[in-house]
Amino acid sequence: MGLPLLDCFLNSNGTALAQGAPLPVRFGAWMWGCGMNPDRWNPTTEGGGYELSVELQALDRELGTGAKLREQVSILSDFDVKLDGRPNFPHTAGLMGTLTGSLPVADYTVPAPTLDTIIAAEIGGLTRFRSLEMSCTGNPNQSYSFESQGVANAPEISPMAMYARVFGPEFADPNAGPFTPDPRLMIRQSVLSVVKDDRDRLLQRVGTHDKQRLEQYFTSVRQLEQQLDILLEGPPDLESCSKAPTPGQETLGTEVGESMSTNLLMADLLSFALACDQTRVFSMMFSDRISGLRQPGSSSQHHQLTHDEPLDPEIGYQPEATEFVFASMEAWADFVERLAATPEGDGTLLDNCLVLGHSDVSLAKVHGITGVPMMIAGSAGGALKPGVHVRGATSPTTRVGLTIQQAMGLNTESWGTRSMEATQPVSEIVA
Amino acid sequence: MRKTHLRTTHLSLILGLLLLAVTGCSSGADSSPTEKIDAGPVALRRLTAEQFSRSIRDVLGDHITVPSRIDPDDRRDGLLAVGATFASVTPSGFEKYEAAANVVTEQALDTKHRADLVQCQPASATTSDEECATAFIGRVGRRLFRRSLTGEELDARVAIASAAAKALGDFYGGLEIALASLLVSPDFLFRIEEAEPDRRDPSIMRLTSVAMASRLSYLLWNTTPDDDLIAAGEHGDLVDDALLAEQVERLLSSPKLETGIRSIFSDLYDFKRFDDGLVRKDTALFPVYTQTLVEEAKEQTLRTIVAHLSADKDYRDLFTTTESFLTRRLGVAYRVPVPTPDGWEPYVFSDEARRAGLLSHISFNALYSHPGRSSATLRGKFVREVLLCQDIPTPPANVDFSIVEDITGELRTARERLEAHVTNDACAGCHTLTDPIGLALESFDAIGMLREEENGVPIDTSGDLDGTAYEDATGMGRALRDHPALGPCLVRSLYRYAAGRNEIGGELALLSSLSERFAESAYSVRELMRELVLSDGFRTTSGPRMAEEAGDES
Repeated sequence: MGLPLLDCFLNSNGTALAQGAPLPVRFGAWMWGCGMNPDRWNPTTEGGGYELSVELQALDRELGTGAKLREQVSILSDFDVKLDGRPNFPHTAGLMGTLTGSLPVADYTVPAPTLDTIIAAEIGGLTRFRSLEMSCTGNPNQSYSFESQGVANAPEISPMAMYARVFGPEFADPNAGPFTPDPRLMIRQSVLSVVKDDRDRLLQRVGTHDKQRLEQYFTSVRQLEQQLDILLEGPPDLESCSKAPTPGQETLGTEVGESMSTNLLMADLLSFALACDQTRVFSMMFSDRISGLRQPGSSSQHHQLTHDEPLDPEIGYQPEATEFVFASMEAWADFVERLAATPEGDGTLLDNCLVLGHSDVSLAKVHGITGVPMMIAGSAGGALKPGVHVRGATSPTTRVGLTIQQAMGLNTESWGTRSMEATQPVSEIVA
Repeated sequence: MRKTHLRTTHLSLILGLLLLAVTGCSSGADSSPTEKIDAGPVALRRLTAEQFSRSIRDVLGDHITVPSRIDPDDRRDGLLAVGATFASVTPSGFEKYEAAANVVTEQALDTKHRADLVQCQPASATTSDEECATAFIGRVGRRLFRRSLTGEELDARVAIASAAAKALGDFYGGLEIALASLLVSPDFLFRIEEAEPDRRDPSIMRLTSVAMASRLSYLLWNTTPDDDLIAAGEHGDLVDDALLAEQVERLLSSPKLETGIRSIFSDLYDFKRFDDGLVRKDTALFPVYTQTLVEEAKEQTLRTIVAHLSADKDYRDLFTTTESFLTRRLGVAYRVPVPTPDGWEPYVFSDEARRAGLLSHISFNALYSHPGRSSATLRGKFVREVLLCQDIPTPPANVDFSIVEDITGELRTARERLEAHVTNDACAGCHTLTDPIGLALESFDAIGMLREEENGVPIDTSGDLDGTAYEDATGMGRALRDHPALGPCLVRSLYRYAAGRNEIGGELALLSSLSERFAESAYSVRELMRELVLSDGFRTTSGPRMAEEAGDES
């Protein structure tokens, strides 16, 4: 269904490698749980050069290139998730509405594929890893990357494990001398071809429900075959590619300092992985939608606080819960800043990325799904204009998802179901 | 999905009513478990992480460390066993299975263990030997696939073993490749439960004898069937009433039954969260807390359950028993002396210890708490949903919880805060169900240590469980023990665990009759297992599950 991706952006910035191949464009989602305080988070002015609100002060950073981080990040406020009479399953409805374009009919269910898997279906086949999922929550069982209810992509929770997976012995280091293909890779391919031979016989033995599951299994086998093919081709031919250094000390957990440190370690590894074109799609769960972030020595977690902590009448918000909004925005800024620190072509890696930062709700206290906060960092290889604040005027959040798909080269004209169906991209951020 | 939820909600009510009807009229209609029932569908069951690991070690050797990095289990309707019939394999999941297979095969065929495992001597260790390879792959493949390999499956694997042996100059290197192909195969990763018309009544679909071998083995032992059971399956014994009963006796009297019991209760109680490192506590507030402590707390509870049920004691007494097992580390948290310096010792809590019944264990109280504080609501919800099979709806979306907090103000104990719920109509419906149970457990903090007061106010643990009043956790345990829904709820859970799905309408009469027999057996879980696996609910099916039942809205 998609256009050949690379044609869209060929030389749009005048950047291309010596061989004439354009730089890859990558998509990622970065999610934090339990939203923000709308009056304090939404910028008061629109367009480019918007004024940073108090809860967005983390974006007031200068990048290594001398540019401002805020100039790389667009703010999308006042876009809504529309229920159409369906229940507002707390923290699930808003998340699924934004990521899948549809509303769940039962709690904890996934109504449609998430944005990252839609994009991976188009461009994931071009790289060693179809996508990389990460989480700073220490929970190995949960990411927000779903092909369907039963096909959930499990995250990497440990930077060391992520390092081993991407930069372990299999990684063909472009700076490690002449490349000789490992004969074991070909032997591993023969294992997969034996497994594939059983496909037809197996599919005949099962019912329709299981056919779908087995087809998914065989899709995954083919994905690994392709991974081995790419490894046999030798090191990536990208100027900015080098092997990542071993990550520093990790402490997994949901104390806010632990999650922030994991976020930084992961961002570092990811920037190397992207620069070496190991994947073009990623997702990061900074905190659970039921945010378990907490301060050491405190009896309460972020999510509990958003519901339990009284609104301070003097200041009009929940001071303790709001500390976690600040921390989440700092973590988002850390993540984006790291991508901008890797030079690529005439600019930085971030220029060739499109990162959607988003939450599951706006005001968590009431599970608000109007004005769900979203941000886009990077210019997607020149397809997007960064650093703009757009008010959605209560239009559906899916307009952002539609814009993203189009910027990533997908031939999508409308996205979402019922009142969440979007046909108008957010033209203000399109280059 | 939603329909299924509603249906099961009603089913649990109907189940309770049926039970009352049956027990109130014991001379009534004969409801033997062998009566004709309409059993539900079957579906592929992806091995859980535990089954994956146990099966590999059973077949290839106990010395093997099986990587835990595989596609995570899917928990649905409160059971990994149900999620397993929905789970597929994602691209990153398959990548991990393949990596795990390579790690496993290397250990299985290392120089120290290859002779034991391969059982034949190749003509040369530096090239292929088809005869020895065929014997090895055929034997090991049968255990891993839980059936004999077809000629085609065997030939393809002997061929890659030979090619790899020649390429690598290593016979065992070739076997590693063939073994890896078995371990990443869907025939290993998924249990395929096939059905066929019953010869005695072709309108009934029964599980094939081969499928029964796996079904029995994973239910009762939570691992791959042994050679005897596979042979019985392939010989057709497991669709014969008498021969099936014989095999069931053998399985039930094996020491491996303890593993099966352990796995059932681990799944039901969501104990995997301990293994996944998800039961974390704030170390400043709870200096005693370590990951090792909570893992030992989990082990304590499982040992208690296994010892109690293996001795055929009344299931309900688990909620009042003071018999348990402790390590010295646990002793510190329980504040009781444990003489054994290393390892476990049987332990009987005194009355003063106030640790009667499973719900007084550290495990439950730590698991159903937040990192920094206890949760009467989570604990009460667990008892209602998991032990009594009563549904608790999710909280309304738009609700002001702020009254529940404010520990600096007037509301200083969990009871005072939660009572605020009950004065609010939107909250009261659910919280009157969960909170009184949880408040009885408030004498245990977020890591299950005893406490007398919260924020300087004495804790009031009194309450009422569906008409039975109590003063404290021990009394609540007694009320739970005598609750009429306790036994039938275990029957329902075990049935779901065995079938890999929720019960359907055509199985309700069976559940009711199993509940009745469970009561008659003085709540012997071993008897319940026997009745269950010999019933048509376990042996028959409506056929394969259809795609639309998967419950997704596309």
